[in-house]
Amino acid sequence: MLELTPAEWTAILLSLRVAAVATLVATPLGVALAWLLARRNFWGKSLVDALVHLPLVLPPVVTGYLLLLTFGRRGLVGAWLADHLGIVFAFRWTGAALACGVMSFPLLVRPIRLSIEAVDQKLEQAAETLGAAPWWVFVSVTLPLSLPGVFAGMVLGFAKAIGEFGATITFVSNIPGETQTISSAIYSLIQTPDGDVAALRLVAISVVIAVAALIGSEWFARRATRRLHGN
Amino acid sequence: MLRVDIAKQLGEFSLQASFESEGRVTGLFGASGAGKTSLINMIAGLLLPDRGTIVIDGETLDDVAARVHVPAHRRRIGYVFQDARLFPHLDVRQNLDYGRRMNRLDDDPAQRTRVTDLLDIGHLLERRPGKLSGGERQRVALGRALLSKPRLLLLDEPLGALDEGRRAEILPYLVRLRDESRIPMVYVSHDAAEMRQLATQIVLLQGGRVTALGGVKVLSG
Repeated sequence: MLELTPAEWTAILLSLRVAAVATLVATPLGVALAWLLARRNFWGKSLVDALVHLPLVLPPVVTGYLLLLTFGRRGLVGAWLADHLGIVFAFRWTGAALACGVMSFPLLVRPIRLSIEAVDQKLEQAAETLGAAPWWVFVSVTLPLSLPGVFAGMVLGFAKAIGEFGATITFVSNIPGETQTISSAIYSLIQTPDGDVAALRLVAISVVIAVAALIGSEWFARRATRRLHGN
Repeated sequence: MLRVDIAKQLGEFSLQASFESEGRVTGLFGASGAGKTSLINMIAGLLLPDRGTIVIDGETLDDVAARVHVPAHRRRIGYVFQDARLFPHLDVRQNLDYGRRMNRLDDDPAQRTRVTDLLDIGHLLERRPGKLSGGERQRVALGRALLSKPRLLLLDEPLGALDEGRRAEILPYLVRLRDESRIPMVYVSHDAAEMRQLATQIVLLQGGRVTALGGVKVLSG
């Protein structure tokens, strides 16, 4: 009963890979955007802020469909990427990573932004008077001091990406071995007669991954905070 | 030589100051709210004047009419803040080393030893700022500014956050610094006694205007 079938293993490993890639690619973007939103005033800032948060409030199926229209084989961006760079998202695991990245982006950006806002700008001024150019101020003061928030954002984003379902299945469907993540596998199993036991196994796995992620983030955040302020 | 001639509107408060100083320690003296901190923030390049010029040793750092504004990180002006502002994620050694690294200066162990000896902070190098007393923090901040090899050092009420005992502890270091280093300083304070001990020239600031210039005797007038 507790043995996982090869198909279930495939779904679990795919989920981990999709969520890891989504988080790793989204993190530098998220940090850059969080910094812009926290520290700069520019025209259209509230619009950018709204766009970032949009996946949080839109029905996931809408986000998935918009992704399909944009990044599908015949989509504006998707066609160009396929023709010029050979990058295909439609019905591939990369598309699942894209969908998960977009859906988890607001959760990733928010804690990073908050922690950057919490960095004392007087310290950044001190760094400037010591000869640090803006980029170095960011790298040597702002970023290290906001690391706990960056970790928190990464873990939240990862957990969200692991659980993403609606946008992913809409955009890249539910193909075993390619785009069938834990969530879509559970969905398929629930629809199958006698699939309950297998579905429950995957449910248990999801719970374990989510709890591990939360504990891990707590541990990282505490360690980072200690490193920042302790001796 | 420092030449300042600026105007800045800060809400209801208007700051208009013009002075020249040649002295080793220029004392910027005035009550709180007189505009002292805004003035040295402009010298440091952290605040932009509305009008006017700031020139150091013949180099124009600000000239609003000519659209010249050298950013703070290229001014080579050290700044010791009232609240020290040490980097909490770095230990004392890394704090002291920060300016040298950012300015890509060569490692200069002799200079570092001179400064840590002058300020008696050699035994604190491995500690984090969180584990320092107020006086120690201020001495490290002083050392950090000195080691970035500035051509001018700004000190904004460096004793302001300390109690009477701590002030008496730091003041001798500042006197030694004045006598042993060749870096000209602008020293901001509202404490006449401090000024008498340290400054070689006084700029009196009242309500955003320079009302007197000259030697230490300006303070008794």
